[in-house]
Amino acid sequence: MKHAKEKLAFMALAGALIAGAAAATAGTPQDILNKLVAQAKADGSWTGSRPVKRGQAFFLAKHSGGKKKTPSCSTCHTKNPRNSGRTRVGKVIQPMALSKTPDRYSDPKKVAKWFRRNCHTVLGRPCTPMEKGDFITFMISQ
Amino acid sequence: MFSTFKKAIPALIVMTGLTVSATGQAQAERYLTVKDKTVKEECGACHMAFSPRMLPARSWDAIMSNLSEHFGEDASLDEETTRKIRDYLMNNAADTGRWKSRFMRGVRKKDTPERITKTPYWIRKHRREVSRRAWKRAGSKANCTACHRYAEKGYYDDD
Repeated sequence: MKHAKEKLAFMALAGALIAGAAAATAGTPQDILNKLVAQAKADGSWTGSRPVKRGQAFFLAKHSGGKKKTPSCSTCHTKNPRNSGRTRVGKVIQPMALSKTPDRYSDPKKVAKWFRRNCHTVLGRPCTPMEKGDFITFMISQ
Repeated sequence: MFSTFKKAIPALIVMTGLTVSATGQAQAERYLTVKDKTVKEECGACHMAFSPRMLPARSWDAIMSNLSEHFGEDASLDEETTRKIRDYLMNNAADTGRWKSRFMRGVRKKDTPERITKTPYWIRKHRREVSRRAWKRAGSKANCTACHRYAEKGYYDDD
């Protein structure tokens, strides 16, 4: 009995620690977006108007400069971000729309990783803070 | 009538498997699956996390050294994660351990295959066996699970 109590206390403590750590590192989509907007404002590229429309246009556009097989975000993610997509080898990608995949855009490291990779693959260059901000704004709206 | 037959199916499969292996007509195609959480997550984000037993250590080393140009895609990772995954793949590679994996058959010492689908063993196992339509349906040769339903469990006997 005593042992069980100790175990329970330990588990509660561990749980609290994990929750604390998660709270310290997790962000919300809005946090991540705010940071990108601040960056865009700082580098002078920010124009406030119609980011959802811009994000959608960016998502659908055929870019040049990247790999020929993947000219657009929509090549893999499909034209509707509420649909699931497929990687080039056929693995399912969960929808990019926040309403369909609610745990997206909450881990800054993960967001940075995929923008780094996919902007390089699709556009052949890093995306600007404004492009990233528009993209996330569009996905939050979907 | 049919339901009794259905119940018998697993038993039949096991029996067939035993018979075949006993007569030496076919060897079980089973491979170590990826156990490491990081490897499973990172490799498995885009494709099935392939068994490290399907390429020699030098191949995994080459692949992990060039992730920003990973078969036409940028799959770059931070240094620490890259090192972790490289270590796991190299420590469990086809040419490590007491027994070499079948995937080492026909791989010459000077060769460093970077695609599993370019190893002599893989080529031999798929030659004249897969129809054009099946390839089309799979979309990519890297899409093992298109035909091998239990590939992610390391089980490839279902062809």
